[in-house]
Amino acid sequence: MNAKALIPLVLFAVLVGFLAVGLRLDPHEVPSPLVNKPAPAFKIAQLEQPEAQFSPEDLKGKVWLLNVWASWCVACRQEHPVLMDFARAQIAPLIGLDYKDQRKDALGVLKRSGNPYDITAFDADGRVGIDYGVYGVPESYVIDKAGVIRYKHIGPITTEALQKTIIPLINELKKT
Amino acid sequence: MIPELGHFALILALCVSLVQGVLPVFGAQNGRREWIVLARPAAQIAFLLMLASFAALAWSFYVNDFSVQYVAAHSNSQLPTLFRFGAVWGGHEGSLLLWVFMLSGWTVAVAQFSRTLDDAMVARVLGVLGLVTTGLLLFILFTSNPFDRLLPAAENGRDLNPLLQDPGLIFHPPMLYMGYVGFAVAFAFAISALLSGRLDAAWARWSRPWTTAAWVFLTLGIALGSWWAYYELGWGGWWFWDPVENASFMPWLLGTALLHSLAVTEKRGSFKSWTVLLAIGAFSLSLLGTFLVRSGVLTSVHAFATDPRRGIFILVLLLLVVGSSLALFAWRAPKVALGGTFALVSRESLMLVGNVLLVVACASVLLGTLYPLLIDALKLGKISVGPPYFNAVFVPLMAPVLFLLAAVPLAKWKNADAKDIALRMWIPAGLAIVAAILVPRVMGGWTVMTAVGVALSVWIASSGVIQVARRLKAGFPPASFWGMHLGHFGIAVFVFGVTMVGGFQEEQDVRMEPGDTVLVGGYNFKMIGVKDVTGPNYSAARGEFEVTHGGGAPNILYPEKRNYFSSTMPMTEAAIDAGFTRDVYVSLGEPLEGKAWAVRVYFKPFVDWIWGGCLLMALGGLFAVTDRRYRMGLKSAAASAGALQGAQP
Repeated sequence: MNAKALIPLVLFAVLVGFLAVGLRLDPHEVPSPLVNKPAPAFKIAQLEQPEAQFSPEDLKGKVWLLNVWASWCVACRQEHPVLMDFARAQIAPLIGLDYKDQRKDALGVLKRSGNPYDITAFDADGRVGIDYGVYGVPESYVIDKAGVIRYKHIGPITTEALQKTIIPLINELKKT
Repeated sequence: MIPELGHFALILALCVSLVQGVLPVFGAQNGRREWIVLARPAAQIAFLLMLASFAALAWSFYVNDFSVQYVAAHSNSQLPTLFRFGAVWGGHEGSLLLWVFMLSGWTVAVAQFSRTLDDAMVARVLGVLGLVTTGLLLFILFTSNPFDRLLPAAENGRDLNPLLQDPGLIFHPPMLYMGYVGFAVAFAFAISALLSGRLDAAWARWSRPWTTAAWVFLTLGIALGSWWAYYELGWGGWWFWDPVENASFMPWLLGTALLHSLAVTEKRGSFKSWTVLLAIGAFSLSLLGTFLVRSGVLTSVHAFATDPRRGIFILVLLLLVVGSSLALFAWRAPKVALGGTFALVSRESLMLVGNVLLVVACASVLLGTLYPLLIDALKLGKISVGPPYFNAVFVPLMAPVLFLLAAVPLAKWKNADAKDIALRMWIPAGLAIVAAILVPRVMGGWTVMTAVGVALSVWIASSGVIQVARRLKAGFPPASFWGMHLGHFGIAVFVFGVTMVGGFQEEQDVRMEPGDTVLVGGYNFKMIGVKDVTGPNYSAARGEFEVTHGGGAPNILYPEKRNYFSSTMPMTEAAIDAGFTRDVYVSLGEPLEGKAWAVRVYFKPFVDWIWGGCLLMALGGLFAVTDRRYRMGLKSAAASAGALQGAQP
């Protein structure tokens, strides 16, 4: 064996090192400009009772989780059991924002697979989603007692993300 | 039931591949005949199982089985049947299944067409391929199973991404994957040669047609992708230096270097370790490309779903395959790879220079592609590297390659006479200079870049024509000679197209109302109006434009803006009037107030020469593969290769 023949292997090892670090970073995780800003206000109809309305104002003084979902979103199905666990634990109110959806389809999904949400706001044309900077479903926001967005989660919430990040943050915010 | 059968076939294929990967290799190293002969039947059975599995998934798409999660996510009952078939590889899981299916296809082809190769070598080659297959099947089964059920079944599917609902999609990924995966064969030959310690001319001769075939597919795949982006994305560009594009282009660059390096190894017995390294490199970059595309470590216009588990799995696979290959290389190559000698000016030395430049160009693309990741990993911020970097670095590296390419076929092996080559190149040189002065002026303005581009293109094309004419006097040359010159001529055509589009395209973004006209590149565009139309799974606004040039008859173009029912993203369908010397291109932007629309109008001179050039390159490769000397028996091939080594060509 001579040293020159080892060069490709060494270069490759360096490359793998970088790739391994890169895997733990998320290129989509662009810092959201909305974090630490007041949650945009809105007042829209609820999914299950179209005559009733929902506004973030209603939850002033509480820490809550806003989850953007839709019946056409396959990743939301993956997230669904995690949200069911979250709802069962009764840690904080879970509000759904049904994004660009048909009422019938959305109600069908909740009926078939269970409803984790305390209230679901029905954002048929996606206008609220635009205010919140939603660019992919699902996305979730932790909103504190003063109505300020404290954390944004992009993509399906995993059990790990829920236990390690979201629940501790909610408990922390509840104390203040 | 059918999806479960497909899943089961996949698991069986894993078991068979494992047997194919382990026993024949050990058998070959220890001379155990009964293990060696297992290789061929195992490869055949694995192929049949993969075929069954792939067919099961295709069937699930055909019958709209939305209880299969993958089908529900990528198809829809309104999706036309042809696109339902294309949707089989429209997502992550299915495209990986296609990857492995093609790998088993290449493997079984090696098993069928290697009757004259000695059994131990076949056992090693098929064994290495079997191990690679095993790794990828584990990846599919553990992280990306396309047969996962969705219960209760979805009422309807989420539909295929509208960007991918195009005939181009049906052929682009299979072609590309055929190329990617085809380099696995060259890789397997290289590893087998290292294992057996037989890095000789016969090995190079065996690798060559397989490498060329893979290169042909990759060339076509990349060209199709580029063409598809040109007419489907509505931006009028043909190459964006996107990470996913780069992922396919890097293996192409190394594959091109490998083709030429193999030629030297076969003819002269030189460059042995270099060739082995390129073979390992080309396939490693194919795997790296898969990692980059599938792990989501880079952002790209090809936004794929990401799952961190998948990334780690591919990284480990990459580590095992490439790491072990390079370790084997470090251990064995210095012992087995002693090459012939050659002078400072010779065909070998010129090809080596070209080869090194190709590798450096590939490294520069790799650096640009991974740079955002490196910076992020070092916590220096989030950045992106765009076309300015690639154009600034890549183009100057390729220019000398193009310059050399015309002259290398004139150089003699072992020791060439520089003066003699120069004497024979003065006609092409004269033509190139004249063209460089005239053509840009005729097209509308002389710049250094366009002059250099035209000069290189004419230099390559004319020297090729002269060489062919001279050679014809000595009798009809073999297919590989035609292949080489056709391929090089394709490069000339390609370079000409790129230069013309880069230098002389005209584009306008204008606001138009019915009755308005705009003049671009000598073409008069008149907007007639925009109507609403309905397709099978979309509704669209369809514009009507009358295009006239000089006094000719008007040509009507219909660009569309489509809204697919399943998606919120509107899609642009550009209308293109393609021609030999130019394309005119109209695409609808956004509707403005009243009946006005934002309209993009392009004039693209010689743009089709870009893909025409790629087609010629691929055709050249095809000619080279069919050369009859590859069909001779191995023993006579080895003998004649030995004879060649001693003789001067």
